[in-house]
Amino acid sequence: MQVSMTVNGSEVSGDVEPRTLLVHFIRENLRLTGTHVGCETSYCGACTIHVDGTPVKSCTMLAVQANGANITTVEGLADGDNLHPVQEGFWERHGLQCGFCTPGMIMSASALLAENDNPSEDEIRHGIEGNLCRCTGYHNIVRSIEYAAAKMRGEEPAPPDWTQDFEGATA
Amino acid sequence: MYPRSFEYVAPSSLDEALAALNDHPGAKVMTGGMSLIPLMKLRLFSPPLVVDIGRVPGLDSIADGNGHIAIGALVRHAATASSDAVASGAAALAQAARLTGDVQVRNRGTTCGALAHADVAADQPAAALALGATMVARSAGGEREIAADDFFVDALTSALEPNEILVEVRVPKAGAGTGSAYDKLGRRGGRSDYAVAGAAAMVTMDGGSVSAARVALTGVGTKPTLATATADALVGTDGSADAIKAAAQHAAEGVTVLEDLYGSVEYKTHLAQVYAARALEAAIAAAG
Amino acid sequence: MTTTSTSAMGGIVRRKEDPALIAGKGRYVDDIKLNGEAAAVFVRSPFAHAKINSIDTSAATAMDGVLAVYTAEDTRHLGDLLAQVAVGSLRPLLADGAVHHAGEAVAMVVAENAYIAKDAADAVMVDYDPLPAVVDMKDAVKDEIKAHEDAESNVLLTWYSHDWWPGVFELEDHRPAIAAAKERDDVVVVSQEMTNQRLIPVAIEPRAVLADYNSGYGRVNVWSSSQIPHALAGAIAKTFGMTSHDVHVVAPEVGGGFGAKLNVYPDEMLVVFASKELSRPVRWTETRREAAYSTIQGRGWVGTATITGTKDGEILGYELDAIADMGAYSQNFTVAIPVLGLYVAQGQYNVPLAWQITCVHTNTQTTDAYRGAGRPEAIYYVERIIDMYAAAIGMDPADVRKKNFFKKDEFPATTAIGLTMDSGNYEYNLDTLLEDVDYDGLRKMQKDARDEGRYIGIGLSTYVEVCGFAPSVLAEFGFGWDAYGLPTSFSGSGLVRVNPDGSATVIIGTGPSGQGHQTTWAQVVSERLGIPVDAIRVTHGDTFESPTGVGTFGSRSAAVDGAATYEAAEKVRMKAAELVAHMLEASAEDIQFADGGAHVAGSPGHTVTWAEIAEVAYKPHKGPEGLEAGLEAHAVFSPGNATWPFGSHLAVVEVDPGTGDVKILRYVAVDDCGNRINPMIVDGQIHGGIAQGVGQALFEEAIYDENGNLLTGSLVDYPLPTAGDLPAFELGWTNTPTDVNPMGVKGIGEAGTIGSAQTIVNAVVDAVRPLGVTHIDMPLRPRKVWDAIQKARG
Repeated sequence: MQVSMTVNGSEVSGDVEPRTLLVHFIRENLRLTGTHVGCETSYCGACTIHVDGTPVKSCTMLAVQANGANITTVEGLADGDNLHPVQEGFWERHGLQCGFCTPGMIMSASALLAENDNPSEDEIRHGIEGNLCRCTGYHNIVRSIEYAAAKMRGEEPAPPDWTQDFEGATA
Repeated sequence: MYPRSFEYVAPSSLDEALAALNDHPGAKVMTGGMSLIPLMKLRLFSPPLVVDIGRVPGLDSIADGNGHIAIGALVRHAATASSDAVASGAAALAQAARLTGDVQVRNRGTTCGALAHADVAADQPAAALALGATMVARSAGGEREIAADDFFVDALTSALEPNEILVEVRVPKAGAGTGSAYDKLGRRGGRSDYAVAGAAAMVTMDGGSVSAARVALTGVGTKPTLATATADALVGTDGSADAIKAAAQHAAEGVTVLEDLYGSVEYKTHLAQVYAARALEAAIAAAG
Repeated sequence: MTTTSTSAMGGIVRRKEDPALIAGKGRYVDDIKLNGEAAAVFVRSPFAHAKINSIDTSAATAMDGVLAVYTAEDTRHLGDLLAQVAVGSLRPLLADGAVHHAGEAVAMVVAENAYIAKDAADAVMVDYDPLPAVVDMKDAVKDEIKAHEDAESNVLLTWYSHDWWPGVFELEDHRPAIAAAKERDDVVVVSQEMTNQRLIPVAIEPRAVLADYNSGYGRVNVWSSSQIPHALAGAIAKTFGMTSHDVHVVAPEVGGGFGAKLNVYPDEMLVVFASKELSRPVRWTETRREAAYSTIQGRGWVGTATITGTKDGEILGYELDAIADMGAYSQNFTVAIPVLGLYVAQGQYNVPLAWQITCVHTNTQTTDAYRGAGRPEAIYYVERIIDMYAAAIGMDPADVRKKNFFKKDEFPATTAIGLTMDSGNYEYNLDTLLEDVDYDGLRKMQKDARDEGRYIGIGLSTYVEVCGFAPSVLAEFGFGWDAYGLPTSFSGSGLVRVNPDGSATVIIGTGPSGQGHQTTWAQVVSERLGIPVDAIRVTHGDTFESPTGVGTFGSRSAAVDGAATYEAAEKVRMKAAELVAHMLEASAEDIQFADGGAHVAGSPGHTVTWAEIAEVAYKPHKGPEGLEAGLEAHAVFSPGNATWPFGSHLAVVEVDPGTGDVKILRYVAVDDCGNRINPMIVDGQIHGGIAQGVGQALFEEAIYDENGNLLTGSLVDYPLPTAGDLPAFELGWTNTPTDVNPMGVKGIGEAGTIGSAQTIVNAVVDAVRPLGVTHIDMPLRPRKVWDAIQKARG
């Protein structure tokens, strides 16, 4: 079946089987490989993209369902060379380790902050429950999103909370 | 990860969709696909034809009508969760929608889809049942209404015929003195994930006593189930903490409680009582 | 005092890895696409134990787009999968005549794409005769049912603490002394059987491998999501009769490892085989449900821990009698994992030890290293039973621990199994934690809460871990890559090259999966040479780049490969000093490197840049006579000992006795990994480690039914912690450097996991102790906590 959609601002089209998952269309046909596949039961969220502005899991959507949709993937999040505040936050606050969950996590976080640029820690934690990370324990992901939220509000982000050297660390 | 091949149609009208279902035995309706697509990816379910009604106009609204709130087939969990009309008229359903899945799932999955899927551990079926909702099913042959009490037949089985589409769920609007609530224990503890067990309750208070009550359980048996003994025991009482506690002891009476990975029969029976009480308490508080 | 340095060791440096990863431009195996590549999908057994009567591939082979269907008939000549510690039954590349765990690969389909390959896999008809399966490890010991129908016994061996490496260590058997102590009338004996349940690692990136065999070059290029690319290259070479310099393995971005990718897998051999047969690149990408069958699992012990001690807290003996489940086949380290537990069996305590652990085969997926690998299990047992001992004698658990610690002045300390722990300062570390949290205040808060009917618990754990397995002789025990035709002890490799433009290239033998090696290694080299971090490019995970390599596991990379890189940089610095001395007409001893160049001590204005130094290095006529051109050095570092980090963790939880629901209110950790190269990265490792330990404590469990079917193979039934389930972590730090390597670093990759599971369990049990509960087996899902409360209440 022929599908066409707007992806990161560009009109794209392709011929797919009905069973082709949207994530496979994005990765294989469009070769946008920042959107990852981490599970098959809609749990891990590594495949999160924005469809018509809302974050969804592209592994649980058929490409044909997205016909005519406006899609943003992680590759389309930055404004040219200017990182999205969430991307900047992840870099500044060590919000990623292996980086595999990161694109999906960033897409969820950017959608969360688009709705509410001053979320509580609890709101952030529950807002990214659909994205699993096995590396960070989420601590620095939360701090990264808080950093981005402050930036989006035009405020100075809180200083990082990593452990520092202190007098007496070495006894 | 790779579904079997299937035919796909995305009708632009309900009649077309109903005709496709009628003409193709085994065809499956899809709205958000959040339950269907994972099953197809695991090849646990492989319909020959998927009828995607996602493009049918007119099914995506929440109508605050006379006496009831009508939620269309394409209304997402997120919309149900954030609707003022649902929150004020059918609070238990709004709460259940809010506790369904995660953000991304709530953005794609639909309330009607969750009801039709009839998962034993889902949230919204119990709420719809406690609220005494009516399911509006349509087929090429016409429309019929199915009471929630008759809708949930078995695990993953509703009263819908294969050629029917759940086009709307109608939830009676809470009048003065009526409140409802939903609460659960999630699989990772707290209110996370699918329900280990949960309960929805709707209570009407009249002059300081309970004049009507409905309680529905999720997670404990093969289907969302009314805890009628609890409701009956509560009616006529003052709805006090003691009355709730006494009534909630009957929660699992007449319910076939099943063990699963998340709880023994004994534990689930206990949780049915705990969450029936918690839901009732919140419902009574909301009833004012 | 805060660290202000931004480039040298000890400084906070934003990761060099991140710009690509946050933009979706990182390249994992599945992101690499070759022209003409085909996809492989496996046919897997629905039975845990069955005889294979026949396999009919005709329908699958006939399908459009199918290139080949392979069975053991085609691959038998390649032999079994190589295993580093080859004790027990080895895995055939494809099941040969019988299957021994559910999900075992029986056939491989290669097709134009994975959708077609999956369709064809469904069309492969296998005729099985089911055989009885042995699933529970306690049943396996009885040998009534054999996991391998032709084997004499399911039992592979038993490791004893006093006799774990006969001929190398002559050790005292502590059992008679402990038995004698039990007869004393001033002692209590506290004993508990506990399960350390089997886990599924779940790196979020499923494994993937892409092979491209080119007969023209006689070479195979392999991209694999692996922690051990050099071992994989060796194994491929050995399996296919090639030399390892014709096998180019690249581990590009690797999306988490945790031990799951510390293995050589049959699929890696099979895609090479198929690529060779078909003269096309062949890819296999694991699906999540499949990963529970195709990737190793971890933990899986049951054992009884016993403390014999006086009523005032002096431990006279610690015993563990356990069984460890190896699963159906031995792979890389399988039967050696319990030995890693043995390394830290006594935790931080200077006590007599009697450990025995029996390794058995069952009809389940293979177990092997999962983050911590034996050490979380070992620490779990000792830290749980010491808490129970403390409760039994009515002593505060912190005090009991302190009373039995190895003391600061006892280091280097010899453990009961004859190993030497490099450095430690346990009491100071625990005191730092107790002070940070105001432990007495917490206990008062707990008491007040109990008076209000709330069930708050405070859990403590200390731990020792062991990183960078050494010394070299351990290669003879199995801790090397000899089986893969790669003779090496677990030494480190670092190559440092100053390029003609003054930038530096660093090539290391590690295979990281998120640990930030590009950043930390750049810091190490920058600190030695003064070349800015941004001008240093670090390459890892590539067997054609790094002369040798061991990989990334066992928290070894910084302490071993880091040290090698430090030494290589030092060699470069020495040579560069000669060049600069020539350029500035000074003495080499007076040359100092900083701020992107070099100067003569005492005259910082008189400098040369690294580009200028490099020009002289690469134009030898400009340099001192007789000095070899070029500016690079390689070092192999073989440490004289492992390093022994340690730490103390504390959790505060609240239990809802009505439902058994556990909520973590606080989690505090004070870890000591010696000097830190980048504290930001160290913190991140601890955070992630804690989350995995909490996952084991509360949620995760690979559950098999009595027929060997895995009931929890998808993320629907195998819940991982989400952000909403965890608190913010509060970290502290103490620093007890090691003298095992020149940087004084110990390793931190597994510490969080080793310290955390029992911290949570101790806290939960502490919360419900007033209800009579003394132990609950993990995972502490609400049902188990509730069941334990009911049982205690009678």
